[in-house]
Amino acid sequence: MEKFTQHTGVGVPLRRSNVDTDQIIPAVYLKRVTRTGFEDALFAAWRGDPAFILNQDAYSSGTVLVAGPDFGTGSSREHAVWALKDYGFKVVLSARFADIFRGNSGKQGLLAAQLAQEDIELIWKILETRPGTEITVDLESRTVTCDDVVVPLHVDDYTRWRLMEGLDDIGLTMQHTDEIADFEARRESWRPATLPAKHLPPVEIKAARPVEVELGRRPA
Amino acid sequence: MAGTLAEKVWDAHVVRRGTDGAPDLLYIDLHLVHEVTSPQAFEGLRIAGRPVRRPDLTLATEDHNTPTLDIDRPIADTTSRTQIQTLRNNAAEFGVRIHSLGDADQGIVHQVGPQLGLTQPGLTVVCGDSHTSTHGAFGALAFGIGTSEVEHVLATQTLPLAPFKTMAITVDGQLPQGATSKDIILAIIAKIGTGGGQGYVLEYRGEAIRSLSMEARMTICNMSIEAGARAGMIAPDETTFAYLKGRPHAPEGADWDAAVEYWKTLRTDDDAVFDEEVVLAAADLEPFVTWGTNPGQGLPLSANVPVPEQIADANERVAAERAIEYMGLTPGQPLREIKVDTVFIGSCTNGRIEDLRSVAKVVRGKKKADEVRVLVVPASARVRLQAEAEGLDKIFLDFGAEWRNAGCSMCLGMNPDQLTPGERSASTSNRNFEGRQGKGGRTHLVSPLVAAATAIRGTLSSYGDLGTGRPAPDGSPLSDERDLQTV
Repeated sequence: MEKFTQHTGVGVPLRRSNVDTDQIIPAVYLKRVTRTGFEDALFAAWRGDPAFILNQDAYSSGTVLVAGPDFGTGSSREHAVWALKDYGFKVVLSARFADIFRGNSGKQGLLAAQLAQEDIELIWKILETRPGTEITVDLESRTVTCDDVVVPLHVDDYTRWRLMEGLDDIGLTMQHTDEIADFEARRESWRPATLPAKHLPPVEIKAARPVEVELGRRPA
Repeated sequence: MAGTLAEKVWDAHVVRRGTDGAPDLLYIDLHLVHEVTSPQAFEGLRIAGRPVRRPDLTLATEDHNTPTLDIDRPIADTTSRTQIQTLRNNAAEFGVRIHSLGDADQGIVHQVGPQLGLTQPGLTVVCGDSHTSTHGAFGALAFGIGTSEVEHVLATQTLPLAPFKTMAITVDGQLPQGATSKDIILAIIAKIGTGGGQGYVLEYRGEAIRSLSMEARMTICNMSIEAGARAGMIAPDETTFAYLKGRPHAPEGADWDAAVEYWKTLRTDDDAVFDEEVVLAAADLEPFVTWGTNPGQGLPLSANVPVPEQIADANERVAAERAIEYMGLTPGQPLREIKVDTVFIGSCTNGRIEDLRSVAKVVRGKKKADEVRVLVVPASARVRLQAEAEGLDKIFLDFGAEWRNAGCSMCLGMNPDQLTPGERSASTSNRNFEGRQGKGGRTHLVSPLVAAATAIRGTLSSYGDLGTGRPAPDGSPLSDERDLQTV
């Protein structure tokens, strides 16, 4: 993971609350088996609207998303983080994040930083009054600077440290494999295991077939 | 020291205490895997040359992409086919047990774990799916994770986890006629909001919760994530033990006795303190439906679509305006007058045998409304077999419904089961986000009883609206003698 200390880039005001992960990336885009190439899927349902913020020239190269509260709710799909990163975003600022989204961001080097809602409103106004204004996000000093506004950001100490050091979790945990093995030796024998597999007798599952809809008005 | 249920399960799994702000490292007892959130995780292992540490604590099933028709033929959608084939290849390469489409144990991952008896009290359960909270119904600490975490668990069987806060949600008294566990959880989410549970593990308690079956408890825990919670739990009791006894992976003999003895300790101590407490009176609840585009935008069925001008909070007002526009509704319109095009009965929320039984009891001998299409999709192949053994399939087909193979289906429309733009559904699933069930689709979340009544009348309806004058049916098996009287 790349180290993250400070980032400066164009701010994008997204005046919506409860932007769930189905909005960030609809499920139909989750069928890929790769970890990259999701930029086109970001906010797919909204990208067709010319008025959508990312379709405006001043914001289209944005790297700091400034969103309403409860960003990233819903599905656990990490594709939401990949899509934001693939598009070019380095930072998302919001007054509240869904837990899983925030966790996924930290693992992928996307900074999900919490700001007070009143500070979000201040920054929205600046970004809307002067489209293209840059925002500087500094993890060292834990501040967000937008024009003459300097406000504090919140990110938990551990995530901040990992981002600033560019450390990946699996590598860190692998340093403790002895302790994991010790724990496994202590586990109760009756705890369930998936192998060897046990199940009811196998039975043939009949395939359902399409039925002719006689009276239904099925929208075209 | 006195502890809550969640704290007890957490403490029993700490491999290493975090220091200097680092999170605790927790051991994971059961890792469930499906095709959508795992390919990049297996790829990560392959690149790093790492094995799956504990294939014997890992189980894969195919559910999100799988078609619910013609499952004996190649999957038509090539990207879906590739993703499912990728899971099969990864399972074979890494030695992971898999239940593939067509196998009797295939189904939605959150039904497969419980029905095999793998989901047990006091376990830590994870899956790359936010509805993993379902397994909390057994008193397990169960939560959804992202793909990086899936890779982490595959490689180490552990996860570094940030500490959580605890919230008690007590539902006192008994539910009135026609109200179900789905109505309890929709009412809770409407009360605390989609962000109300952020950072918390919820524990559902109280008389109304205790009297629910395991299936009904799973419905409640399933939607904990819709309140933003890390997880939801219910302390195990005799109902839990009875559900587990005799299942394929349930402990046997002396192991069973040892397990039950431990499981009985899994309850919040009387003097334990929760960080937050919420209380609801079950008697006040009635059938609940959502009118908007997040699960917190719900109201009793007897209410009207909100009027945005009357909402004080500016953000909520804007969100309501936007939701009403997207949903094609009129402010002030009675919810009961909303006509639907499709009724979807299924998902990890309400696709279990009890859900299907209660729907069957309502629709038996009736015909669906002409203009409505009705999809019944069991949560797993075993649920489908059970329903067929009880004759439920014939009831659904006679009613005019489609009886499908198992999977996530129209809950999220990754397979061909989707709404078309503007199409409106009453859905027993868990999310009513914009486009969730298909681009431009409009979703009203409902209980199985409301879904059944809506399929008959064509407009959002409760069981009471059918005017039978009889008590609403429950999820017990159909018995001709009793149910011919009640239906």
